Amino acid sequence: MGWIGESVESIRSLQIRHLLTQIVSLGMIVTSALIIWKGLMCITGSESPVVVVLSGSMEPGFKRGDILFLHMSKDPIRAGEIVVFHVDGREIPIVHRVIKVHERQDTGEVDILTKGDNNFGDDRLLYAHGQLWLQQHHIMGRAVGFLPYVGWVTIIMTEKPIIKYLLIGALGLLVITSKE
Amino acid sequence: MHSFVYRLNTLVTFAAVLLAMLCAAASLLDAFNSPTVHAHAEVIKINRFRKQLSGNDEVSLALNISMDLRSLFTWNTKQVFIFLAAEYETSKNSLNQISLWDHIVPDKDHAKFQAQVANKYPLIDQGSNLHGKKVELALHWHVMPRTGRMIQDKMAVSSFYLPGTYT
Repeated sequence: MGWIGESVESIRSLQIRHLLTQIVSLGMIVTSALIIWKGLMCITGSESPVVVVLSGSMEPGFKRGDILFLHMSKDPIRAGEIVVFHVDGREIPIVHRVIKVHERQDTGEVDILTKGDNNFGDDRLLYAHGQLWLQQHHIMGRAVGFLPYVGWVTIIMTEKPIIKYLLIGALGLLVITSKE
Repeated sequence: MHSFVYRLNTLVTFAAVLLAMLCAAASLLDAFNSPTVHAHAEVIKINRFRKQLSGNDEVSLALNISMDLRSLFTWNTKQVFIFLAAEYETSKNSLNQISLWDHIVPDKDHAKFQAQVANKYPLIDQGSNLHGKKVELALHWHVMPRTGRMIQDKMAVSSFYLPGTYT
């Protein structure tokens, strides 16, 4: 009866090894995605190197679902640049164009006013109550690159979470059941 | 080994890589386009020069603008955003940049034109420093691509002096 026990033992160890390999490869995928994201953060100097356009306020240049690549260099902000900024009390950052810049003589601080290309008026209504200008610390980055449509994936996944869980489930199942 | 899912995976991956390479190539080819922009803009008339209730100087202008932007357009250009900015220095601010007028050029056929316009946005100073001030006008353009890198440049077009008194 010794040979049965041996073979059972070998199958069990094989399965455990297989399972371990799957877990490790899944971990590799997750960590490499994290490495790429954090690496991009270092290179671009922006806390979120890629943003998805959520509104039509910059149409026809940027439509909902397009993605923008951000860069945050030491260069001062100038009129005409498209910047991503956050406003106190608002969770979602805004992508609009700079139309006015005032740079202080003594401190070098900047006052910035933005406007969406497709909006009628400037953004003072979007800013926090009583806020007239954006300062450097509101700016998350300036848009340097553009890719259309790709952002729809994240828009659909945030608006219909069930699709997200289905997708994650299906991918997880594929990883676990796949054999070499 | 060669199951349906594997074939599908390979096909989709290949298609995605190909699409990404095409996008990159389209954007890279823009680098070989060296545009020469011809443009001129000048102030015809200062319609109004006054002090706002808040104490800031405000100027309204009439402008004559002409430009030929056709060389900016490549097959990867979605549109060109242009604006005319006033730039000046005051004792308080080392740089004041104020967009006076902007326009979206949708395609090459509309890229050569001449127009007389009033300013879309008033020139408002931070304070009251505009008497007799020399203001430089610069035309900025922002080439927005179908995909890839965005290109920005500017040229100085003219300058004018504001009057010494309010109108």
